[in-house]
Amino acid sequence: MLLLIPLFPLVGFVVNACLGRRLTKSISGGLACAAMIASFAVSALLVSRILGHDAAPLEFTLFEWMTSGTLHVPFTLRLDHLAAVMILVVTGIGSLIHIYSTGYMHEESDSEYARYFSYLNLFASFMLILVLGANFPVMFVGWEGVGLCSYLLIGFWFRKQSAADAGKKAFVVNRVGDFGFVLGMLLIFATFGTLDFQLVAAAADTRAIEHGAIGVITAATLLLFLGATGKSAQIPLYVWLPDAMEGPTPVSALIHAATMVTAGVYMIGRNAVLFSHAPITLSMVAAIGVATALMAGTIGLVQNDIKRVLAYSTVSQLGYMFLAMGVGAFAAGIFHLYTHAFFKALLFLGSGAVIHALAGEQDLRNMGGLKKYLPVTYWTFLIGALAIAGVPLLSGFFSKDEILFKTFTATNPNRLLLWGIGMVTSLLTATYMFRLVFLAFHGERRVTAHGSAHPEEEEPVAQTGHAQAAAVAHHDSHGHGHAHAPHDAPPSMAIPLIVLAIGSVVAGYVGVPHALGGSNRIEQFLEPSFEVSDGRGRLEAAGGGAQSSEPAGVRPVALQESHAPDATESSHDNTSTELMLMALSSGVALAGIGIAWYFWLRNREAVAAMTARFHGPYTVLLHKYYVDELYDAAIVQPIKLLSTGGLWKGADAGLIDGAVNGVGQTVRATSGVLRRAQTGSVRTYAASLFLGVVLILGWYLLKTLRT
Amino acid sequence: MVPLTVNHYLALSGVLFAIGTAGVFLRRNLITVLLSIEIMLNAVNLTFVAVGRYRGSVDGQIITFFVMTVAAAEAAVGLALIIALFRHRETLSPDAFTALKW
Repeated sequence: MLLLIPLFPLVGFVVNACLGRRLTKSISGGLACAAMIASFAVSALLVSRILGHDAAPLEFTLFEWMTSGTLHVPFTLRLDHLAAVMILVVTGIGSLIHIYSTGYMHEESDSEYARYFSYLNLFASFMLILVLGANFPVMFVGWEGVGLCSYLLIGFWFRKQSAADAGKKAFVVNRVGDFGFVLGMLLIFATFGTLDFQLVAAAADTRAIEHGAIGVITAATLLLFLGATGKSAQIPLYVWLPDAMEGPTPVSALIHAATMVTAGVYMIGRNAVLFSHAPITLSMVAAIGVATALMAGTIGLVQNDIKRVLAYSTVSQLGYMFLAMGVGAFAAGIFHLYTHAFFKALLFLGSGAVIHALAGEQDLRNMGGLKKYLPVTYWTFLIGALAIAGVPLLSGFFSKDEILFKTFTATNPNRLLLWGIGMVTSLLTATYMFRLVFLAFHGERRVTAHGSAHPEEEEPVAQTGHAQAAAVAHHDSHGHGHAHAPHDAPPSMAIPLIVLAIGSVVAGYVGVPHALGGSNRIEQFLEPSFEVSDGRGRLEAAGGGAQSSEPAGVRPVALQESHAPDATESSHDNTSTELMLMALSSGVALAGIGIAWYFWLRNREAVAAMTARFHGPYTVLLHKYYVDELYDAAIVQPIKLLSTGGLWKGADAGLIDGAVNGVGQTVRATSGVLRRAQTGSVRTYAASLFLGVVLILGWYLLKTLRT
Repeated sequence: MVPLTVNHYLALSGVLFAIGTAGVFLRRNLITVLLSIEIMLNAVNLTFVAVGRYRGSVDGQIITFFVMTVAAAEAAVGLALIIALFRHRETLSPDAFTALKW
């Protein structure tokens, strides 16, 4: 049964990949969607079996994969509570995005269409293997597989140079992270002798106190975290994600917002026990997470490409998730992952609908006033924006507040700093999201300027009522093909938008915190996944205190105080704190929206004034802190230089070719000398022959005479 | 009168061989060269016969017949080659034929 979940999309992939050229669009698209929906149905059925708090995880071993000495890796899939949340997100949102894609990609040719859906299905299959894998190697299969699909889909329009480059960039940057993942995996095997997640957790729990083990765990978790920064686009490896927006928009929604990029967060959650024994790594995770959140948030504030704003927003929200992981609030991180999947997928699909309606226009400066033309898109997008901004009672509010609250009450010594930056980022999130909403949907419709020759701020102010006609005329003269008023999303695109909008509103209600009278069900649900999962380990952990002679059973680090049974004693205290923090962050969210409203709707000259006044910082932000340039100068150029100057011209052309040519030249020079001996005159040859014979015979004669 | 010993034959044979060798190296006519080679062969024949008689065996005479047969064949092939070379180059000087040079 468990195998069916990744198998359905895999079958879809195989069929579409092999027969795609001959299938019509409705068949190949329908098949892909059916595969995802079937997978979703099976997932839902199986998840319903493990809903209970103490339900044992479902396991299925397909075959023995690797057996070598003590290394023993079965190809096992395991469905526990954490994986349950993930597979529902992957198959559920995946299904919606598949349906949406049937509309979005409809203008592609039949074979391209089938190719698109085969990649999308393959991705889903690998993602489910990643999530369901019960040990590191199986997870790694999925991990690499989704990386491959990400590459294929970013470069889907591979005839476009920038798309092909972006795909390569994503692939190469991810390899850097994967190298950390593999090393971490090997270190874990070398230390614990197993690669199964549950066994590693149990072993880490009992062995952490042993002298020296902490250092190894720290090193291993840091390496794994390097892998996570690659996959989940954190500092220093986040640079690929904004470029990944070259892919089709539904891909950005599915892979680069809702599912694949959360793999790093999921991996840390999967190894929660291991990470909680490495406090140094955890503080690294938190620091990197919050730094990424802030950095990406500030960049998102000034970008003009609608998808890039969303990409930086994704990076920023992933930073939040890592912050949660870093302060030990694993459940809160996964909760945010889950809500984020809804509203970020919604936002991407909404932006896709906008781009679709404008026939490929992605520049925010050329949008505006679309509310009138795209009502469905507008309202669903607005809900998504409200949710991500953290407006009360929408899903993003609950998860983000949970993270901020857990940060505030964490044991991390820098918790207030982390929390403060988190709050600032929260403000930024609301601001850049509503900048997007106001620029795209409100105000006057702006002329589709070809190129950005026109200064950003002059156009909309200059527009008047008849601008619309001018815009239309402008379009016609350029023959751009979308002179008619933009049309709203077709049903295949509108339905996923509406479903996701509903999801963005209600998804948060599985995690209503205690302070608001809820019971935080998702946290309780996820709890078993972050503990030593098998019964034996848990017993040891509980009984460790009593057996004073055996300290190995004691759990040295409390995962999070609310997980501990004594949470009730401080709950009153926490409730008031939590309520206060909630009010604060709601205020911040509304303030962010207000700022966006003032600058980009009410008083657009203020933006121009601000950019003029803070021209330096603005330019830095517009160029994304020059990180790409920095990497180029610090890594790419030296490698190029070393490759051309050192390895190519020095080692290859100089040494290797030099050796080969040198052998040839030596032979030639020697023969040049020797060939003088070869006169061609038969008599000379005969004379030398004769002389030789005489010499040899003479020598023998002399020898005989001597004796 | 000094009785003829095997040494006399060997000396004559050495002289004949030296004459033949000198002819091969010094003459500039391929036909003369061929004749000189014949002289060398006959010098060797003389040695075989003389030593054979000295040792009281017929082996020397038998091998001489072989050499004579081969020498006849060699003369035929050699003359044919010389004619072919002459047609090619209009000369019989061995120095004209240096095509073996690189």
